[in-house]
Amino acid sequence: MNVLTDNISTYWKGFLGTVELTVYASILALVLGFVMASFRVAPVGSFRALGTAWVTVLRNTPLTLLFFAVLLGLPRFGLVLPFTVFAVLALGCYTSAFICEALRSGINTVPKGQGEAARSLGMTFSQTLTTIILPQAFRSVIPPVGSTLIALAKNSAIAGAFSVTELLGTYKTLSELGYNIIWTFVWIALGYLVITLAISAVFNILEKRWGVAR
Amino acid sequence: MKALDHSATALYDIPGPRTERRHKLYGALSTLLVLALVGWIVYLLFDTDQFTYTKWMPFQYKGIQELLLRGLGNTLKAFAIAAVLSLVLGTLLAVGRLSDHRPVRWLATLFVEFFRAMPVLVMIFFIYVALKVEPLPALVAGLTLYNGSVLAEVFRSGINAVERGQREAAYALGMRKTQVMGHVLVPQAVRAMLPAIISQLVVALKDTSLGYLITYEEFLHAGKLIASNLDYDLPFIPVVMVISPIYIGMCMLLSWFAQWVARRQRRSPKTEAADVAPAEPGTLLPGVQ
Repeated sequence: MNVLTDNISTYWKGFLGTVELTVYASILALVLGFVMASFRVAPVGSFRALGTAWVTVLRNTPLTLLFFAVLLGLPRFGLVLPFTVFAVLALGCYTSAFICEALRSGINTVPKGQGEAARSLGMTFSQTLTTIILPQAFRSVIPPVGSTLIALAKNSAIAGAFSVTELLGTYKTLSELGYNIIWTFVWIALGYLVITLAISAVFNILEKRWGVAR
Repeated sequence: MKALDHSATALYDIPGPRTERRHKLYGALSTLLVLALVGWIVYLLFDTDQFTYTKWMPFQYKGIQELLLRGLGNTLKAFAIAAVLSLVLGTLLAVGRLSDHRPVRWLATLFVEFFRAMPVLVMIFFIYVALKVEPLPALVAGLTLYNGSVLAEVFRSGINAVERGQREAAYALGMRKTQVMGHVLVPQAVRAMLPAIISQLVVALKDTSLGYLITYEEFLHAGKLIASNLDYDLPFIPVVMVISPIYIGMCMLLSWFAQWVARRQRRSPKTEAADVAPAEPGTLLPGVQ
């Protein structure tokens, strides 16, 4: 128990680091994922090809390799940014591929007749998309996006191993101070559980409020 | 690939001649943009001297090639062991979760839920640092615990997805639970689950690269050794350019295999009784299995 009480500030810093990484990377992943999903359903062929390539490559890239390439590789091009920014970039891009697939399959669950009916009422493409398709897609997309973001929070642990301030990274400091290593890890694990459970609670509320069973 | 078919999307009508022309213009513009981006990256690569002879020289040496191949072999070894063990663990846990005895069911559920909620890396580090295990067993154990738990969920949902009538008919014929499982439910479920299982194995293959972080001598580790060699002018970018296509290629092959199996099964009448979605990484949302 005293492992936690003695080092509450170290843990707190690591916890905040993980939360920060998760939040920023989630925003990046959601935005990029949305853009890529709209590319993947676009009528223009080259947009579709770009979206497909993005998803296929990133989904099959080991995240460690991506971190390795981004955190250690980009500085070689004279691009020097804080490690946290690099970590957010890597995590966000990686997760965006999964978000994209979730959104795309959500759009595909909307029955074809919905769009046809909207167009036959004289609605434009943007009207059809924003008032008819997306609201319906949003409802069926909540659970998969939730589990993708939970996976993102868990993946942020990899950033800690690349010396970004983060919850898992705290074990190094504490073991150097000679604290019981097993208890150190128990509290780290608990920290991750708190974060993942919080995300899942948020998405549960969203699901209760807006979700529909399809 | 539904979106590729014009008639299969709710989003737009089949474009007319004017729209078609506009789309072609967009297409050309975006292609130009992407080409420009690629050109810029290539320029950057040349500008920072990534294609000098010294940086690419190491890949000619036998020793370096062997180092890379050994790394690749170690990656595949960890993947193979972890894949087999997680299939075994997944089966055991699925049996536990489908058990008729409540304590067994609870125990298995607790196990599965805990290990799905924990980052794999935390488990691997815990086993490696706190339990002081060698890198390979630590990596394999971490991967097995995580993927086994996810696979257990896949197995369970696969068995539950087999049409209820099958189970009921089997029980009505007087079969025992083991017989119902072994002769009726599992054979049908396994066929339908195969794509989901292979997709999960892709995750395991990708996660073997975590071994790099606990100094397991796998592919990425071999790359790092070469990249930090001053004699070759720190060939980091060349190493990434060699390693990533191989890594991504391996994962893509496995993913395509999963898709191929899935496509084949969609046509097969044998799997009509069950339809299994691919495994979601650790859903904690109750009621959304």
